[in-house]
Amino acid sequence: MRSKVRINIATALTLLVFIVVFVVPFYLVVNNAVKSREEAAALDLTMPTSFHLVENLQEVFAARDYMLVTALFNSTVLTVASVTGMVIVAAMVGFVLQRRRSRINGLVNAAVLMGLIVPPAVVPTIWVLQSIGLFKTLPGLILVEITFGISFCVLLFRAFMSTVPRELDEAAIIDGCGPLRLFFQVILPLLKPTVVTVIVVQSVAVFNDFVHPLYFLPGEENATVQLTLYNFMSQFSTQWNLLFMNILLITIPPLIVFLFFNRQIVAGMTSGAVKG
Amino acid sequence: MLFSRRTFLAGAGAGASVVAITGCGSGGGSGGEVTFLVDNDPNNVVATELLIEAFNDSQADYVFTMETRPGGTEGDNLIKTRLSTQDMPDVFSYNSGSLFQAIRPAQNLLDLSDQPWVSRVAEVYPPSVSVEGAIYGAPHGGSNSGGIWYHKPTYEELGLEVPLTWDDFIANAEAAKSAGKHGIIQSYGDTYTSQFLVLADFHNVAAVNPDFAEQYTANEVGFADDPTAFKAFEHVEQVTQGGLVNEDYVSTTLEQALAYLAGGEGAHYPFFSSGMAEIKATHADKVEDVGFFALPGDDPETNGLTVWLPNGIYIPSTAENQDAATAFIEFAVSAEGLAAMAEGAQPTGPYMLTDVELPEDVPTAIADLQTYFDTDGATTPALEFSSPVKGPNLENILIELGTGSIDARTAAERYDQDVEKQAQQLGLEGW
Amino acid sequence: MSTAALERPAGEVRSRQGRAGRRSSYLAKAYPLWYYLPAGLLFLVFFAVPTFASFFFSLTRWSLFDWEFIGLENFRQFLSEPQLIGSLWNTLIYAFLTSGAKVVLGMALGLLLTSQIRAQGLLRSMVFFPVLVSTIGVGVMFTTMMHPTDGLINSTLAIVGIEGPKWLANPQLALFSVALVDIWKGVGLATVIYMAGIVAVPQEYYEAAKVDGSGSWSTFRHITLPLVRPATFTVITLSLIGGLRSFDLIWAMTGGGPGFASDVIASVIYKQYQAGFYGLSTAGNVVLFAVVMVIVLPLNHFMRKAEVEQ
Repeated sequence: MRSKVRINIATALTLLVFIVVFVVPFYLVVNNAVKSREEAAALDLTMPTSFHLVENLQEVFAARDYMLVTALFNSTVLTVASVTGMVIVAAMVGFVLQRRRSRINGLVNAAVLMGLIVPPAVVPTIWVLQSIGLFKTLPGLILVEITFGISFCVLLFRAFMSTVPRELDEAAIIDGCGPLRLFFQVILPLLKPTVVTVIVVQSVAVFNDFVHPLYFLPGEENATVQLTLYNFMSQFSTQWNLLFMNILLITIPPLIVFLFFNRQIVAGMTSGAVKG
Repeated sequence: MLFSRRTFLAGAGAGASVVAITGCGSGGGSGGEVTFLVDNDPNNVVATELLIEAFNDSQADYVFTMETRPGGTEGDNLIKTRLSTQDMPDVFSYNSGSLFQAIRPAQNLLDLSDQPWVSRVAEVYPPSVSVEGAIYGAPHGGSNSGGIWYHKPTYEELGLEVPLTWDDFIANAEAAKSAGKHGIIQSYGDTYTSQFLVLADFHNVAAVNPDFAEQYTANEVGFADDPTAFKAFEHVEQVTQGGLVNEDYVSTTLEQALAYLAGGEGAHYPFFSSGMAEIKATHADKVEDVGFFALPGDDPETNGLTVWLPNGIYIPSTAENQDAATAFIEFAVSAEGLAAMAEGAQPTGPYMLTDVELPEDVPTAIADLQTYFDTDGATTPALEFSSPVKGPNLENILIELGTGSIDARTAAERYDQDVEKQAQQLGLEGW
Repeated sequence: MSTAALERPAGEVRSRQGRAGRRSSYLAKAYPLWYYLPAGLLFLVFFAVPTFASFFFSLTRWSLFDWEFIGLENFRQFLSEPQLIGSLWNTLIYAFLTSGAKVVLGMALGLLLTSQIRAQGLLRSMVFFPVLVSTIGVGVMFTTMMHPTDGLINSTLAIVGIEGPKWLANPQLALFSVALVDIWKGVGLATVIYMAGIVAVPQEYYEAAKVDGSGSWSTFRHITLPLVRPATFTVITLSLIGGLRSFDLIWAMTGGGPGFASDVIASVIYKQYQAGFYGLSTAGNVVLFAVVMVIVLPLNHFMRKAEVEQ
């Protein structure tokens, strides 16, 4: 009985610490998001004297001819396509890289590290995109996003591929699986926790990306969500209430992705462990 | 972001000219639709929306749309990138002066010297958008000025007068401080605001040495070795180390600074006259409580204002629809076009056109600027409009100075060293 | 399922028993090298070509419109920047501090959140939530919170009578303040990687340990720690490289300031880039690349060796 009480207290304490550290900061965002422009400019912690939730929402959505709506659509397409591509090509690399010792492994490992270390070269990349006719197109930007995400994904896949026993591969080959079926039907499902982690992390990264869309997909009709922040934030004047509201709104899609996959992470991990 | 692959953008890179520029990607669309690229300052956006609307209504041949870009250095890079990759919309707005020089106008822009409006432009403007006598840009909206915002009720209460010398200014700040207010507000939270005591002092430097800009470009004088120019660095030291500033000045933001000013918690704030737009937006009832005066120097006789010339509106040489672009620019500098913009956001200083007056209803502080413009020799364009040499780190060097990490001498020397890279990058002689 | 079956070497030994020919055809069949192709192609076209092209420009004075070959002048210029030494130290401090904290906290939170604790799902979501917010958003949020007098942190401290530090406004403290926020924002990802690693450890090991009567510390020391090594290496690699290269949060919060107090190499390069010194900033990238390599390559070598030995 007493130990149960102690556990509950420990849980409550943990919860409290987590709330203070991870949730309270967002109070500030929410608080300022419902203020008037005048009150929000002070950037203090006082409660708003009047609530402007609806007006601010409307204003953020309507700004620049409903740019936010276009941007949410564009960012969603960009994110889904890029992350799907990333997961498939990177998992294939991670799979072979971990399983098969070959002469080019050193090269592949070096390339992965390079990809993590070297920053992107903007202007030459534009030249490349122009020369293949993909500049200012969504497919062009998607390919660039996939490229810049590969290293991170390969690293994760390689690390967790080792948790899938090799015997499984052999059994599958003996059962007559070709390499494609082996990979897509046997291995990939077992990598679910990693896949889910990669999906969540990279979705957030692509969705929150600011630089690549700015340079590789210019134009109002091509706006992505991070660029909408600039509707309310400029060098000479910032509308803090709308800025915070915008931050709040564009955090919701990644949150949904996470809440959706959060269960999957847990489920995937346990199933992987049991089957392993 | 934790594992930041996609940083803001650490690297310029390049691919040698192996890849042929295809010239695909034009700015606007086809079929009479033309794009105007402007920076995303909210006031600018509102003004531009109305300008475009008025232009589209005034004629039937072209339909214009607006595209926005970030301002500041991010915007500089975007402009250069899009120009160099032949991807600039048919009309765009960008800085005049030193930044204009860095986009290789002769190579990238259309020469507008023969346009009908050129004769109407105020004499002071064209040099900031010209290369070797050819004019490439039209003034976009009104001018801006750098100087001191002050709180009028405080001045009345303490019986102070608008100072004409630096020493009087400091005396006023001391008086305000004794009355329990911030003598001079500083806002290093927005780093670029640290520069006004130096940049807005240029009228005083030029008053003593009219050839300063020219000599500066030729590397014959610098801030550390010109006694008048160096004073501005000493001023920063005097103000911050003398305790005249607000206590939180290192983290105060522009908005907070303007709130101090409008509410009378602080007496002075060195900034642009365009601060009025923000004051109107967030302290609408205090608009007539604030006034603006030129940053004073040593000699009351030569008191005058340092002016920031408006952005230029330019046409890239790759523009597909040059007729539309020139027609648009002509409209943008017409009384009708400027009135349309003023509907959205009032100008923050006089126009650069000889035949267009400020609207009647601008706040007193802005209307008063006209006095400087009407007095002979009482306005000087800021150094960045008469010399292409401007270092990127002035704001941070001044913050080091203002926080007491270095002294005025070191700061001036550091800045002289900082501009070297810029001069070399531009291939200027004497560097 | 036997624990032995989980050990990789067993599988390798078995396949080595076959004839060399059979082995290679087996490998080719199961793990075809063309799997590298899609990623390799993308990498080559959109990364390698632009990157190597850009290295050429580090030897030029480049305005994007034209360039002039100036040999190693950019490197001389970059290495003689007055802020270089300070920013190099800052880079090392920032990278090791943030990655160290992410390893330790990530592992601790990973263990906590895979234990029998209640409200597990909620807690996991909370830890991960900051990862979801964009850097710009986090920057704005914490700059406001860390305001010396009006900020949430110091106002709270003031209630209990503590005068909080000036955080970002104090040149000695600014870098550490940003590092703190970086850890806050990034620890969620490290935690998830650890959770995946911890859950993948087969229960049998723990059961065996329990039977042997080993205590919880010894179980952690001898079972958990070695078996989550792939996770640890991943977290170290990612966060160390990220820390050495990153500046976006620094940029959003302090811009490298006050003055130059929180400048790291990457932010110095970024400022040069912003100022239009394209050749110079490319040279800076080459230098940064070399610095990262010097630190990461030996570490990577060591980690891969440890992984193989395991």
